[in-house]
Formats: sequence, C-alpha cells, structure tokens
Amino acid sequence: MDVLAKGGKALLLGNEAIVRGALEAGVSFATAYPGTPSSEIADTFSAIAKEVGMYFEYSVNEKVSLEVAAAAAISGYRSLTCMKHVGVNVAADALLTYAYVGCKSGHIIVSADDPGCHSSQNEQDNRYYATLASLPMLEPSTIQDAKDMTKEGFEISEKLSQPLLLRTTTRVNHTRSVVELGEMKAPKPRGTGQFDKDSLLVTVPSVARARHPILLKKMADAEAMAETSKFNKIIEFAGKNAGKVGIITSGVSYCYVADVLREFGIAARVLKLGFTHPMPRKMVAEFLKSCETVLMVEELEPWLEEQAKALAYEQGIKTKILGKSTGHFTRLYEYNTDIVRNGIGKVLSMPEQAPGENTSVKLPSRPPILCPGCPHRATYYAVKQAAKGKSMIYPTDIGCYTLGRAPPLSMADYLLCMGSSVGTACGFSVATNSTIVAFLGDSTFFHAGIPPLINAVHNKEKFVLAILDNRTTAMTGHQPNPGTDKDGMGYEAPAIPLETLVKGCGVEFVKTVNPRNLKETVRVFKEAMDFPKVAVVISRSPCILLKGIKKEPKYEVDQATCKKCKVCTAQFACPAFYYEGDKIKIDESICTGCSVCSQVCPFTAIKAKCEGC
Amino acid sequence: MTGKQTDIMLSGVGGQGTLLAAKILGDAAILAGKHVVVSEVHGMAQRGGSVECMVRIGEALGPIIPDKGADAIVGFEPIEVLRYIQKTSGKTIVVMNSHKVVPFTVATGSEKYPSMDEIRAEIKKRCGKLIELEAYDLAFKAGTSLATNIVLVGALCGSGILPMTEEVVLQAIKKNVPAKYVDVNERAFRLGIQAAKS
Repeated sequence: MDVLAKGGKALLLGNEAIVRGALEAGVSFATAYPGTPSSEIADTFSAIAKEVGMYFEYSVNEKVSLEVAAAAAISGYRSLTCMKHVGVNVAADALLTYAYVGCKSGHIIVSADDPGCHSSQNEQDNRYYATLASLPMLEPSTIQDAKDMTKEGFEISEKLSQPLLLRTTTRVNHTRSVVELGEMKAPKPRGTGQFDKDSLLVTVPSVARARHPILLKKMADAEAMAETSKFNKIIEFAGKNAGKVGIITSGVSYCYVADVLREFGIAARVLKLGFTHPMPRKMVAEFLKSCETVLMVEELEPWLEEQAKALAYEQGIKTKILGKSTGHFTRLYEYNTDIVRNGIGKVLSMPEQAPGENTSVKLPSRPPILCPGCPHRATYYAVKQAAKGKSMIYPTDIGCYTLGRAPPLSMADYLLCMGSSVGTACGFSVATNSTIVAFLGDSTFFHAGIPPLINAVHNKEKFVLAILDNRTTAMTGHQPNPGTDKDGMGYEAPAIPLETLVKGCGVEFVKTVNPRNLKETVRVFKEAMDFPKVAVVISRSPCILLKGIKKEPKYEVDQATCKKCKVCTAQFACPAFYYEGDKIKIDESICTGCSVCSQVCPFTAIKAKCEGC
Repeated sequence: MTGKQTDIMLSGVGGQGTLLAAKILGDAAILAGKHVVVSEVHGMAQRGGSVECMVRIGEALGPIIPDKGADAIVGFEPIEVLRYIQKTSGKTIVVMNSHKVVPFTVATGSEKYPSMDEIRAEIKKRCGKLIELEAYDLAFKAGTSLATNIVLVGALCGSGILPMTEEVVLQAIKKNVPAKYVDVNERAFRLGIQAAKS
C-alpha cells in the first residue's frame, strides 16, 4: 500500500495522507465510526493496524469512539478519532467536557465536513466546534497539508495537553495528490500505557470550575503557537498591481485563490491560515493593517470573517473587510475556481465570467439507486403489500435504504439523523392515527436505535420497527459492525444477536424474516402491524455487494407468459429490468438471481434460467 | 489554466471503474515527475449513479476543473459526456465509449435516452474533436469487459493530449491491477490507443 511506502513521493488520497501523517507521528490507537467523507481514514487504519502493530476499532458510534480514544490518550497513547461532521454532534457531549479534562499524549479528532452535501443530511460548519469547545484546530488546504498537519497536530496537542480538531472538507478527504513522505515511528504496544490518577480528571462541578480557567490558559498558549506556526503564512502573488488588496483564506479555498491569482496574473498578498483556532490575532491584525481591502475567502459560514471584523473593531483598524456579509461570497455549498474567480473579480472590477453552458439535449436523470438484488427493495415491496388500504407513515434513517425514498417505492417520509427513525416513530405514533413502520439498518440500530426503542416500549407507543439487517455497514463501504463476527482489525469477534438485544429492550413481538421470501415477509409485517404494542421485524439478508455472496442462477422473462402488467418494472422496479420495444427483459449482466421479482410477478412469467440449457 | 496545465474530466456510471482510471492517470503523472490533483467521488453517488472524477496535471491546486476548462473529457458512457459538457470548450478532445448504460428511468419508459446522432451533433458543436470507440467490445476482445476503463485510458493516451508517454501510463496500469490481470489490461490499453489513432 502506498500509505506504507518507505519514503519519496506517493499519490495519496487526502484520507490516506491523514493516516500517513499519524503513522509518522507514531499513532498507536485509532477509533472511528464510518461516515462519508471520513470513511477511508478508518478503512485505511483497519487495513494496516495489524501490520504496523497499532490498535484500531470501529466503535459503535462516534461518542463511544471519542471516549475510547480519550482514555487511551490519557494513558499515554497517541490517538486519532475520525468521523464525519454530523458524527461530531453525536460525540459532542463527550467532546465539550473532554476539552476541559485534556489529554496526556496527543489526540487528533478529525471532523470531515461536507460542504455541498455530497453524502450528508446537512452542510454544518464544524469550525464552530473549535470555538464552542475551545479546541486548537488545523485546516489543511492540500493533501500534503493533510499529512503534515496530522503529524504536527500530535505535537501541538501534546504540548497543550489538549485534544486537537483536524477539520477537513470533502475536497480534501477525497482528492488525491502528490505527498512527500517522511519516516514512520513505531507505535506503542497494547497494554503498556499508564494511567496516573488525578482528582482533576473527575469533572464534578468544583473540578469543572477549576478546569475552566486552565482551559482558557491553554487557549492563550495555543494562540501564541498559532502566531508562529508554519501553517499560517503570507504568500505574495506576483502580477498586475491590484492596489493594496489582501486575501485571508483557509482550507481548500486557498487552492482556488492561488489558481485564480496565478491564472489571471494578479498581484495580491494572501494570508493562508492553517492553524485557524485560536486565530493568530496579532498576525491577522498586522495583515489587515498592511492592506486597504481584505477579502475573506472561506466555504460555508463567515467564521473567519466575523472574527476578523471583531478584531478590526477592537483595534480600530479601518481596512475594508469584504466577504459574505458584503455579497462577495455565498454561505451555500462548496466553492470552486469559478466561484472564487468571480468573488475576487468583484473586488478588482473584473467582468463576471459566465458559467459554462449545460447541454441543450434533454438528458435522462441518473440518481443513485438501490442495487439490483438489494434486499431492502424486497422488504419495501413486502411492507407496501402488507400496508395496502392503510394510512401509513414511514420514518426512515441514515443508510442505503434512504434510496427507497425515490418513486416508485417512495418508502421514506421523515429523516433527521442516525437513529431518528425510531425516535420520530414514537412521536408519530402518539401524534397521528396512522400506521407507522420505521426503517433502519443493523449498524444504525447499534449506533443510535436502542435508546429510542426502549423509550417506545416504556412509553407504550405503537409502531413497527423494521431492522434491515444486511450484515454490514453498506453505504460507507462495508465496514463490520457489532452484529458481525469480525472486528475492525480483522480478528474474530462476538456478534451481538439483534433478536436477544431487541427482546432485552422489552419488545414482546420480535420476528425475523428473509425478505427474499416475499409471501412470508408480507405475512409477518401484517401480523406486526396488527400487534397492539411496539413490534420489531428483523429483515435479514446480506448486502449483495458483500464479498463471498453465493452466485445464483439468473432470471428471465418468459415472453409467452408475460402479460405486460408492469408490476415488475413500475412497482418493484429492480434496475435489472428494461424494455426492448414493448417486451420486458432482464439484463443478465446485472441480475443477481435474488428471485424476488419471480415472486412479485402475478403471472409467474419470471423464471430462473436453466443452467446449460 | 494557462501554461502546461492538462485537465481531464472522467465521467461515467457507478461501477464502471472511473475511479481506478483516474488513479492510474494520477500515478502516471507522478511517474512522469509532474504535479497532479485527482478529485474523486465516493459514498452515495456510487450506487449506480452518475460519477465524475477530475485529473488535473500541472501546477493547479484546486481539485475542480473550471467551466470550459477541460482539455479532454473521457465519457465512459455517451450521455455522461453531455452531463459535463459545461466543462468543455471548442478545444476539448472528447473520448467517448459508445456502449450505453441505460438509466433505469429510461429502461422502464419514464424518460428518454437521446439518439446517438443527437449526442454526436452536440459534442461536435461544442467540442474540438470526438474520438468514439466501442470500449466495451474492445475490452471483451482483450479478454474481459471489466477492462473497459483501461481501453478508455488507452484511447485518451492515443489522442496525444496527455503529457506522459504510453510507457509511463502502462507502468501506472501495471502498478494498479492485480499481477494476473496485467496481460489482459495491457492488451486493452493497446487496443484503446489503436482505436484513438485509427
């Protein structure tokens, strides 16, 4: 693997560069719950942990992952915890007090933000967590930065005895570029840490009060470090004189700024901030004073912009500060070179550049869809059959099954976050007279589904919870979860049986079905809907993309029997179906042989292809 | 970008090997001693959806090719060329696999797939040069339809737009495919080059 190369240059994905930086710093302990765009950090650790002799786990959720690693970091292990931006919300309870307690060995918490919502339910700007919790923060712009900042981040964290936030965005996580590699350090072996007891580690109110001023002192020290950090620097771009215009930028936005200034040959001073929290106030004030106009270029919220304005006000600096509040940039979505070019152009009175024209040809859409043979489609179809004639509400959850929102399945009515299907089902069951079937996956159930299920039982709510158990965490790239028999390092692990767990929550109706048996699945869901209390149906069939899934005979439509009723294409809607003229056919190259369509067909016109006929 | 920048847009459908093709081009650029930035798409988009990757060889740092800035677009599927046509200019070379992957909405009759003539006319109107090939069939001829992406890398190489030699690109291919599939991929690569040159 390139990430373990001895030295020289390698083409690394941003997420791999973070792992490499951690290895060069001697990281010994890593924890994660997968989530795009952070997943490949965890997956890379998972692939190499055994070989390099470090500890890695996929934790049950982000909060637990942070707690596990916090204990390791206070016991002398350089630790890294990674999650997607919304995962930090889950970990926030631990995070904000962890900031008070601090660490002994360096601990990096990676927050992978997703401007533009490539794979997320919101585009929150997690730089506010650095402010909220009082954490030092680094923001890489390039892939080399991602490696260098991770490595250096351990030093900063350790000097301050404070966990450090490494805030990335999708375009850093999922970009590959050239990285100059350094030497890796051997990790500290398992079980060799030392925990020194200290009454200040137990955050009762008196300790918390004592800790808060210590935290503020650490932030003052961190600010002094930011003033001289190699990650904060002024870069002079040569070209046409544009007056005393300066740009302050951070993260991937710096890349767009640099490209625009170079391409258009504009002379400008750029303050590239990498160690962004606490903001190096002296450095920023000096920079502001050296310019007549300063443009703030940052994706999402005006986080730097508002701090710069507050600073200018405090110090009586009259420099014009432009950015989001002046309409030069938007708070929406991710940036690119074109957006940044037009923002800079407004300051320099360059004519606005028209966007490239889309095609005039009408294109069919190609959204992501449930795969051919996906067991979720079978469950959805069965629930639809069982629900005929009823007024239904379908709260859904985070995972591949969200793709069931698209017609013709249309099996998703409400979604907030991990585990929200169960919590909101509780509310809908009290607030409405509808029949409620909530959907969530196995990994999501372990992550955040158990407390709301207990809530439902105790508060006598009535709904059906369908746990779509496909034996993996599919959407983020097939990571193991507590229901599977392998851990994050590839070792055998006890699988937690869902049935026992659900019964333990006090649920009286717990049945398991194989959604590939359509008739039985419909029958069990009908029974569950009639049950007067909370009912749980575990719909178990492995994800068809999992390795080692048995190959099954493909299916075909018998044209002589087919009545073209279109139930298979218009209601079940497996993407393996297509029309040839008015004939319905099955694309053999993508059919998985799951057989469900043959059970859907009212005229038994879909049959397994006879091998060797 | 001005100067020696070469920007390649790759567009296709989840599962077609677009990501691997982009990584191969990135590795080849490094082998040739060049700076490169490759942007990828992961997660939800991969489930049969439209997939885009961008390979930027040269001094550019930003991972996203500006509008009208692509020097070449490699369409793993015909309509996926048109979906990103705003990235092209009158100078852009288009390498298009004519093998269709029909979207489900079309397969079941709710949307229409434009005619190949309409697609070709739009590309010719907007772009510099169209290199069209049956990459799927050529890959099959090389030994496996799974090497369609390598045929397209070959065709891109054969178009002459890359600032790397064929040998360097082949070296990058060898680095990225399992040892037992090196021969079939080399054949696929050569067939792609040949198709672009003929």
